[in-house]
Amino acid sequence: MTRISGTKVVFGRPELDRLIALLRADGYRVIGPCIADGAVVYDEVTSTEDLPEGWRDDSQPGRYRLDATGDGELFGYGLGAQGWKRFLYPPRQMLFRAEKAGRGFRIQQRDDDGTPPLAFLGVRACELAAIGVFDRVFHQKGFEEPGYLRRRTDALVIAVECARAADSCFCVSMHTGPALPAGYDLRLNEVVDGTRHVFVAEAGSERGAALLDRLSVDVPPPALVAEAAGQAEAASRQQRRRMDPDVAGILARSLESNHWEEVAKRCLTCGNCTMVCPTCFCTTVEDVTDLSGNNAERWRTWDSCFTIDYSHIAGGALRQKASSRYRQWMTHKLSTWHQQFGVSGCVGCGRCITWCPVGIDITEEAAALAQAEGTSAAGQGHLAESPGDAGQGR
Amino acid sequence: MAPRKRPKLAVWKFSSCDGCQLSLLDCEEDLLAISEAVDISYFLEATRKPAKGPYDISLVEGSIATAHDVETIRQVRRQSRTLITIGACATAGGVQALRNFKNVKSFISRVYAHPEFIETLDQSSPISDLVAVDFELRGCPVNKAQLLEVLSATLNGRKPNVHKHAECIECKMRGNVCVTVAKGEPCLGPVVQAGCGGLCPSVGRGCFGCFGPTETPNTAALAEKFAALGLDPRDIQRQFRGLNANAEAFRKESERHGN
Repeated sequence: MTRISGTKVVFGRPELDRLIALLRADGYRVIGPCIADGAVVYDEVTSTEDLPEGWRDDSQPGRYRLDATGDGELFGYGLGAQGWKRFLYPPRQMLFRAEKAGRGFRIQQRDDDGTPPLAFLGVRACELAAIGVFDRVFHQKGFEEPGYLRRRTDALVIAVECARAADSCFCVSMHTGPALPAGYDLRLNEVVDGTRHVFVAEAGSERGAALLDRLSVDVPPPALVAEAAGQAEAASRQQRRRMDPDVAGILARSLESNHWEEVAKRCLTCGNCTMVCPTCFCTTVEDVTDLSGNNAERWRTWDSCFTIDYSHIAGGALRQKASSRYRQWMTHKLSTWHQQFGVSGCVGCGRCITWCPVGIDITEEAAALAQAEGTSAAGQGHLAESPGDAGQGR
Repeated sequence: MAPRKRPKLAVWKFSSCDGCQLSLLDCEEDLLAISEAVDISYFLEATRKPAKGPYDISLVEGSIATAHDVETIRQVRRQSRTLITIGACATAGGVQALRNFKNVKSFISRVYAHPEFIETLDQSSPISDLVAVDFELRGCPVNKAQLLEVLSATLNGRKPNVHKHAECIECKMRGNVCVTVAKGEPCLGPVVQAGCGGLCPSVGRGCFGCFGPTETPNTAALAEKFAALGLDPRDIQRQFRGLNANAEAFRKESERHGN
C-alpha cells in the first residue's frame, strides 16, 4: 500500500488516462487544462487527449500567446486563463426562490446546487495557495459559506509542479511556489525527454494514496527523482518579477500618494484583474421578481471593487475616481488582507498582469509606490473624496 | 389579494429600425406573461387597435431626427407616467447620429433623387435631450432578458438589476478568453456597458459597443492600447464611431483621432 508523502512512484501517460477514467467512474467531474480560443482554460476533460499537448504559454503584461513546442508535454504551460475559482465559487449562484404567500413570502431554501464532486487536474502551487486563501475567507467562524465548503470538501486536487515560469509569474516573492508544499491529494512532476514521458507522483492524502494503489506504477530510479525535484528550482530561477517584501507597509503608508492618479490614467476600471484573481471573492446579491411579482429569486453574482455600484451606500458611491478604486483593490489585496485574514491576498500568479488589457503590473505599481514614498504630497487631499476608504472587502 | 388593474403599456417608435420593439415580440413564451401583466394599449408593431392614453408605462424606441419627432415625443411624455427609452437610438442617437459629425444637407443632396422631399434635423439626438426619461435601457438592440427585467422591476416597484459596469465583467463570468490579450483584437469591452452577455468575444471578435459607454469609461487609455495594437488614428476614430457614436464619451474620444 502506498504511503502518504515520501513514497514516490512513476507512471506513464496511459496510467494518467487510467487515473482520469477511474475518477470519472467514481463520479468525479474531472476539470483540467484544455485549449480554447487561443488560451489554456480549465474545463471538463475525459482523457489526456483533451490536455494542451505540446503547448506553452507566453504570458506578458496585457499579452498572452500560445506557442507550439512539439515536445509532447501535457503540462508545459503555466496557468489557465482563469483559475479554479469559477468551479469552487461559481460566477452566478442562486441562493433561494421565494413565492408570495399572503402578505409575505415563502422561502424555498436551496441547499445544494447539484454539482458533482470535482477533481482538479493540474493545480499549480500558487493556485493551491489561492485555494488556501479561499478556505480562510469562507471558513471563518460565523461566516461559513456552505456551498463553497461542500464543493471544496468534495474536491480532489491533483497538483502538477511547475517546471518553468512565465514572464508574469512572481510566486517566489510571495512564498507560494513554484515548489508544491502540501494540501494536495496527489502531486505530479511531468518529465519529458527524448526517451521517456513519465509522471513522478506522490500522495498527499489518504484519498490520493488510495488512488495510486489502483494504478500500475513503478519505483522511480534516483536520477529521475532528482530530475523531478529540480524542476521547481529551475522555475524559481526563471522568475524575473518580484513583489517588494514590504509591500503591506508601503501600501499602508501610501494612501495619499500622488502615484494613484498616475495608475488611474491607465486603469480602464474594467474589473478584469478582479475577475481573473484567484482570491478576489467579492459578490453582490440581487433579488429578481417575475412580471407577476408572485415569484422571486435571490442570486449571488461575482462583483468587482472597480464598479461604481460596489461602493454605493446611502448618499452615493464612495469611490467615484479610478484612483480610489485601484487603491482599494491593491491595498486590500496586499495590505489590509493580512489584518482581515492573517495572510496576503496575493499569491503571485500574475494573472492580473497578463489579463489586464493595458498590462498594468501590480509588482511595478508596488515598486513605483515605494519609490514615491517620501515624495508624495500627503495631506493635499487629491483623494479627498474618500479619505481612508482603502479598507477591507465586504 | 384583489386582482390589480393591469397597467397600460405603450410602445413608441421614433427614428429607428424597429429592432428593439421586435425584442419585445421576440420574448416568445414570456410574451404571454407580459400580456397578462400589462394591457398592451399602443403597440403598432403588434396590434392595429391602439387604445387612447394616458399610459402607465411607455417604451420609447428611436432617436429624435425630425421636427415631427420633437413634437411627438412631447405628446408621448405628457401621456406617460413612466417613460423608458430602449436601445442605442433612443439613449444615444443611434447609428444615424453619425450625421452629427458632418453636414447632413450634403448627404441628402447626394443620396436622394428629390432632396426637397426630405425634412430632417441636422442632429440625431437621444430622447433624454428633449424630455425627462425615467430609465434608459441600452443596447443595439436591447437584450430581451434585460427588457423583461426592466418591465418586471417597473411593475413591482423595484430598481432594475441593470449594471453600468464594463462588459469585461460579464465576459469573464461567462468564461471567455480575452480577445485583446490573447489575439490582439481591438475590443471596446473595457469601456462598454455590460448587457449583451459577452456576445461578440464569445465568437472570437472584439466588442463594437452596442451598449454604449460604461459609468466611468477610460476611453483615452483604451485608444492608446488600440494604437499599440497597430490601429491608425482613423481606425481608432471608427472604433468609437459606431452605434453609440453620439454618446458623450465616445463622441469626445472619436474627435481626438483621425481628423
